[in-house]
Amino acid sequence: MSASWSWFIILLVVANIVGLVVLLFATARRRRGDAGDARATTGHVWDGDLEELNNPLPRWWFGLFVLTVIFAIGYLVLYPGMGNFAGRLGWTSNGAAADELRETNAKLEALYAGFRGRPLADLARDPKAVKIGRNVFANTCAACHGSDARGAVGYPNLVDDDALYGSDGDTMLASVLHGRHGVMPPLAATLPDGGVDDVANYVMGLSGRPHDARLAELGKPRFETICAACHGKDGKGNHALGAPNLTDDVWLHGGGDVAAVRTAIVDGRSGTMPAWASVLGEDRARLAVAWLLAQNPHDAGASAGAPAGATQ
Amino acid sequence: MQNVETYNDRVVRQFTVATIVWGVVGMAVGLLIAAQLAWPALNFDVPWLTYSRLRPLHTNAVIFAFGGCGLFATSYYVVQRTCQARLFGDRLAAFTFWGWQAVILLAVVTLPLGYTQSKEYAELIWPIDVLIAVVWVVYAIVFFGTIVKRKVKHIYVANWFFGAYILTVAVLHIVNSLAIPVTLTDSYPIYSGAVDAMVQWWYGHNAVGFFLTAGFLGIMYYYVPKQAQRPIYSYRLSVVHFWALIAVYMWAGPHHLHYTALPDWAQSLGMVFSLILLAPSWGGMINGIMTLSGAWQKLRTDPILKFMIVSLSFYGMSTFEGPMMSIKTVNSLSHYTDWTIGHVHAGALGWVAFITIGAVYSMLPKLFGAERMHSTRAIDVHFWIATIGVVLYIAAMWIAGVMQGLMWRATNPDGTLTYTFIESLRQTYPYYVTRVLGGLMFFTGMVIMCWNAWKTCMPRRALPVVPVPLPVHA
Repeated sequence: MSASWSWFIILLVVANIVGLVVLLFATARRRRGDAGDARATTGHVWDGDLEELNNPLPRWWFGLFVLTVIFAIGYLVLYPGMGNFAGRLGWTSNGAAADELRETNAKLEALYAGFRGRPLADLARDPKAVKIGRNVFANTCAACHGSDARGAVGYPNLVDDDALYGSDGDTMLASVLHGRHGVMPPLAATLPDGGVDDVANYVMGLSGRPHDARLAELGKPRFETICAACHGKDGKGNHALGAPNLTDDVWLHGGGDVAAVRTAIVDGRSGTMPAWASVLGEDRARLAVAWLLAQNPHDAGASAGAPAGATQ
Repeated sequence: MQNVETYNDRVVRQFTVATIVWGVVGMAVGLLIAAQLAWPALNFDVPWLTYSRLRPLHTNAVIFAFGGCGLFATSYYVVQRTCQARLFGDRLAAFTFWGWQAVILLAVVTLPLGYTQSKEYAELIWPIDVLIAVVWVVYAIVFFGTIVKRKVKHIYVANWFFGAYILTVAVLHIVNSLAIPVTLTDSYPIYSGAVDAMVQWWYGHNAVGFFLTAGFLGIMYYYVPKQAQRPIYSYRLSVVHFWALIAVYMWAGPHHLHYTALPDWAQSLGMVFSLILLAPSWGGMINGIMTLSGAWQKLRTDPILKFMIVSLSFYGMSTFEGPMMSIKTVNSLSHYTDWTIGHVHAGALGWVAFITIGAVYSMLPKLFGAERMHSTRAIDVHFWIATIGVVLYIAAMWIAGVMQGLMWRATNPDGTLTYTFIESLRQTYPYYVTRVLGGLMFFTGMVIMCWNAWKTCMPRRALPVVPVPLPVHA
């Protein structure tokens, strides 16, 4: 702030504190109503019977007041407060936070260094790594994916046999570090003349859900022209795009009925996983992935080509 | 009798009844949202009943409707009697009543509909803000007009506090609500970023300091000596604690913004002045409690006096707790936890509501020409049920708050947090249920008060017309 604002603040603070001290000491001086004259009122009467005594200020209270003022002055000498004056200690909240972060990171460096460079599948078998991974997951990922990683409506289950982008460790690590944005565009305009209902019924049929077989039959060619671009001709999805497998009866956005699929076709879907690289760093991200792999061991060694489902 | 000036007790009666009614309404909403925190299904999936919309309705209703009407009623009652003059401007006074009720009704409609400026304790949208400002300026004219035409030379201490509260709230409300309207319901504040936050909490904390403290100290300074039939303990203590209180409260706002983007110097000043505030606050408590010295035996038979003495005890306790919580080290634990909620309710229920309830019990029979309240025993029951309710409420929130603070800061050796947020929420659950119980007890007390007031005022008798007496000493 400019020097004039700084002085303005300093003057206000000094005037206020000096004013308080003057007020306190002036009022504490002996006068009528002091000991020996304790029952004398000020002589004013209001509303028939309201009167005031004029007892001296309680000494302990006076002392308390003075102590708080002394503390305030001491604090403002040591810490920032008086405008631009930085305080004798040179303390800043930013500096204090940076120091604490640096000290903590220095302490943790040795711990995390031990896991660096080891393959994810190896980490998934190391109980120490998995324990830290669980903590990282609980702190950062559980808010959306749940503390058991089973997800919620709109948030993928990370421990089932089904993954949008692939369930191998490296793919999951890429998701964590760099984030994902899965988009299904609104497609109603490309499906006129009841096409939305036809396709929705066809999609239900893919996973054996209740549907209208006649409409599904009408929807099949439309699915194969329009939807297949991302979901594949057989509807099994595409990991490269994060396009869900529509045949496995797993429903990311809930429902599992014609209405929910209709909504997806008409309004589209957009799912975002934020990029965590700058927040977590690679060390912690890898341990979180190791914990996930440990929750679903048969995936630990799976490659991108393994039968991996996708969710709608 | 025609030429004898009389007190304008009509507007006092109106505000007194409104105090009781809004007290019941505001606390009912509080009880509902406390229950929603324990059992979220109680919002019934109705947007108008969601916590986010009802919480501001609760705070506005208890502070500005219950507390506000209580302050209007008592300040009008006290300023007339201690100035020994009829209230200035009958029509203006009537306007403040109907204007203030209009503000409250508009709040009751707009807040559940989701219209808000999202500034805490200043949520109401700009057209209502304008109405508040107009009503408040008229209030100031009525109050200070009465002071000007007073027939006693000295201005009684209660009026210093009422005067400070009226003046300051006008300034706070107008400065914090400055905004550029876009439509009838939307506006943008003229401040931005950290400045906006600072102005908001300058307002917010002084709403506590002037609305909920100075105003209610005004109540205390009239009704406690009246009820105890004792003189005020120390005039000079009044002087020093009054000036110190109003000077220092102005600085305390930044303690709401510790460890935020607010510059360090502002945080430090907020903290040290909050600490200095301890003694001035306790000055008021001492003056109130010591006024009772020599009349302690009255506590055995007079439950109204019990309300007042307990309110002063809660005032002392929460004004000790406040400065402690403003210390940055303590604040790093208490901030954002339910400890803050406990602290606020120690002040709001224990101090503000208790002194208001005491004052209403004390003046209601006089206003309606009854000798005393219909049932003294019911006042006693109200006192005990409310006291136990407050203790349950704040004890639950203290435990919950400290526990949350400790859980949120606990870290593992690997640098991660020990607990997820949801774990702290699960641990808090029993305390949320306890809080509902405490709130239910306090609310039940208000219902008893309602019944007692009804029985006191019915059957209707001729309303008393009190002539203004000649001053004893000019």
